[in-house]
Amino acid sequence: MSADTLTHDPVVIALRQRFGDHALVVQPTHTGMPVLWVARESLGEMLRFLRDMPDPFEMLYDLSAVDERLRAHRRGLPEADFTVFYHLLSVSRNRDVMLKVALREGDLAMPSVVSVYACANWYEREVWDMFGIDFIGHPHLARILMPPTWQGHPLRKEHGARATEFDPYTLTVQGQEVEQGALQFKPEEWGMRRERESAEFMFLNLGPNHPSAHGAFRLVLQLDGEEIVDCVPDIGYHHRGAEKMGERQSWHSYIPYTDRVDYTGGVMNNFPYILAVEKLAGIEVTERAKVIRVMLAEMFRISSHLLFLGTYLQDLGAMTPVFFTFTDRQKAYEVIEGITGFRMHPAWFRIGGTAMDLPNGWETVVQGFLDWMPKRLREYERSMMDNAIVRERTRHVAAYTTHDALAWGVTGPNLRATGCNFDLRKQRPYGGYEQFDFEVPLGGQGDVFDRGQVRIEEMRQSLRIIQQCVDHMPAGDYKADHPLTTPPPRERMLQHIETLITHFLQVSWGPVLEPGESLAMVEATKGINSYYLTSDGNTMSYRTRIRTPSFPHLQQIPAVMRGGFVPDLIAHLGSIDFVMADVDR
Amino acid sequence: MNALPEPLVASLIAMLQAGVILLGVLLLGAVLTLVERRLLGLWQDRHGPNRVGPFGALQWVADMIKIFFKEDWIPPFADRTLFVLAPAIAMASLLLSFMIIPLTPSWGVANLHIGLLFFLAMAGINVYSVLFGGWSSGNKYALLGAMRAAAQTLSYEVFIGLSLMGVVAMAGTFNMREIVAAQEDLWFVVPQFLGFMTFLVAGIAVTHRPPFDQPEAEQELADGYHVEYSSMKFGMFFLGEYVGMVLISALIVTLFFGGWQGPWLPPFVWFALKTGAFLVLFMLLRASLPRPRYDQVMRFGWMFCLPLTLINLLVTGALILLADPL
Repeated sequence: MSADTLTHDPVVIALRQRFGDHALVVQPTHTGMPVLWVARESLGEMLRFLRDMPDPFEMLYDLSAVDERLRAHRRGLPEADFTVFYHLLSVSRNRDVMLKVALREGDLAMPSVVSVYACANWYEREVWDMFGIDFIGHPHLARILMPPTWQGHPLRKEHGARATEFDPYTLTVQGQEVEQGALQFKPEEWGMRRERESAEFMFLNLGPNHPSAHGAFRLVLQLDGEEIVDCVPDIGYHHRGAEKMGERQSWHSYIPYTDRVDYTGGVMNNFPYILAVEKLAGIEVTERAKVIRVMLAEMFRISSHLLFLGTYLQDLGAMTPVFFTFTDRQKAYEVIEGITGFRMHPAWFRIGGTAMDLPNGWETVVQGFLDWMPKRLREYERSMMDNAIVRERTRHVAAYTTHDALAWGVTGPNLRATGCNFDLRKQRPYGGYEQFDFEVPLGGQGDVFDRGQVRIEEMRQSLRIIQQCVDHMPAGDYKADHPLTTPPPRERMLQHIETLITHFLQVSWGPVLEPGESLAMVEATKGINSYYLTSDGNTMSYRTRIRTPSFPHLQQIPAVMRGGFVPDLIAHLGSIDFVMADVDR
Repeated sequence: MNALPEPLVASLIAMLQAGVILLGVLLLGAVLTLVERRLLGLWQDRHGPNRVGPFGALQWVADMIKIFFKEDWIPPFADRTLFVLAPAIAMASLLLSFMIIPLTPSWGVANLHIGLLFFLAMAGINVYSVLFGGWSSGNKYALLGAMRAAAQTLSYEVFIGLSLMGVVAMAGTFNMREIVAAQEDLWFVVPQFLGFMTFLVAGIAVTHRPPFDQPEAEQELADGYHVEYSSMKFGMFFLGEYVGMVLISALIVTLFFGGWQGPWLPPFVWFALKTGAFLVLFMLLRASLPRPRYDQVMRFGWMFCLPLTLINLLVTGALILLADPL
């Protein structure tokens, strides 16, 4: 988006009217939203203004930082060693805006905005953890992803990215005691009391190894009997530095890493990354590639929702459904494996298209799956969702309103379960979704039951989309005709020496993308997933910011669980549908 | 060989019978672990254990060998005495309850006049195993499990006794053999249907079988009160659960379904068939139902089952008085 159209954006005009012309520096980007540099002092007031304006920006969608010190292409941007950015989302306007604040190395401090947007809490902790930027006024600024004993701030450019840059790791008995001591939960640090007049609280450590924690997730409960007075989620046990790895992998070779972020989502993770890279490279993909991508993404949505359904019901104590949903997932994987050659992590999307064309006879395999699923979904509904015990356990449990959901950054089926009609596939169609006919299922209560029911209905809609893919698959090439697609077409390699050199460079270094910033969001299996890429005109990304839906979903747990019982918490955990790799990255 | 005196022969036979029944119940408990896993496999579209012996029939032997040779670990933070005592109580109280069950007209360990009361007493003692186990483990999950067990068992024991009083009133005795004999014309399940239903529910609750497995609640409490137990101590809890299932099934058969009575087949076969049917019901419940919340279980017990048993008892008493005024 050029700077010119941005200055006429109603939000920019409103901000200029309120704060003056010089309060903003508009940065042109490929993000599709106004990116505005603002002064640190006016940030809090601006956020409050945007939150409270008519058709407000209800959600702080993302908050992170960039280490700008090694960035070469910064023409026209304010001087900065570090940049903190605030990505706001308005459901009522269906628009985004991003505010950026420049910081100098000697003065790495920001005012905390937790009082404006509650969900800034974890994001600010993450920025402190990763960049060492202080947030003044934050209620509990502690490390969140790294161990409490960690030295340094990993996303700073001077921090090593490879194991070979460090001394070999050793752990002594004493060191182990220090590490374990650091993980000891001290209620006072969290402003929690150990007792009240009549009773002493029990602090129950749930996880990181617990059958219902859905991965390495720890939750410390403050219990009065079985009633949850308060709780503190503790994450980071699954942190693998996916964002840091983005800074040392070529644009192409980073694709398999994305698969492993939401590891039940498969190619759904490739989708936003590839879309963002294609925006930077200026690639327009073919119709066939679009439809293939949509078909596989929806296959993975079904596969992920089936896993959700099985474990959700298992967390309610029903042991059988999970075996049935895994049978269905196996059927889905047979289709996925037949097309991509892999099951969980196909890494099958490529810059400019897909890795291969669809195999011969794919229609029959996909149609077989489409014919199998509907009767199974009906069976799950009849045997489980209509069951009185399931309803007793899930109705009005861990319920929240649309307002709360937006304030906490909740997206995806969990947001739609509250009745909010916000599905990116409809509201901001990407990757060809505008061509498909489907409905967006909504809930009404925003409770555990609705979150389950919405997902069952979403599977039906996904089946509808896949059916349309099978019926109307366009002919043509599965890859765009563009010099920056990866891998470069082999048939053009052996024409003459120039083509050989080009091919060699494209394969060994990978494509070089123009400097710029781009962002792509998709409606992933668990909510909105986006990649915010900064290119510095290199073969690798300068900064890869991955915004995952599960991170804010976990942050919200204490807000909905206070006053609930332990079994309610387990039901709620099951209904969130998170995987820890999607939280910790 | 000299003929042994008459009373000695009688007591030897009784001891032999007792030994056979004890062994039989234990073996049955062990075999049931396999049966349950195979049945669950059948219902869940999978195989279940099918590698050891023909159709996996010897899996339970392998499991027993394994569990006997596991390290028997007592956590250093546990209260040793109670920790060791708890599984013993779990096993003993349930096995002792079997004394009162008449398998056939001639088989059975003891013919007590207070048969039914003896069972209720033993069921009461059985709670201690869970309480001791949960308390002495020094583990918060175990403690929560024990708390749930105490609350649940207390509430359900209130009406487990009351639900049986209708049967007692109709048979006019606590003696199990006489209760069976009283069902010659009509099984008590017909006139005592409410009693049967509530006893079934309470029986499941007392044995901590799903959906009333609150004290264990794998998804919530990670196995609850026996989370710290290993080896045969765990095995005793585990086997105790199956023995409990057999006991409740046998009691239901004896009290409501005419015990060993039935045409054509020998009495023991009838008894075994009926008991087996209830064992399968126990397993089917586990396979098919989710777990209600702990407070919902309690509410169901106090607000629904208890009034139902009281009404049942009142109506039964009134009808008996009407039919046969004193």
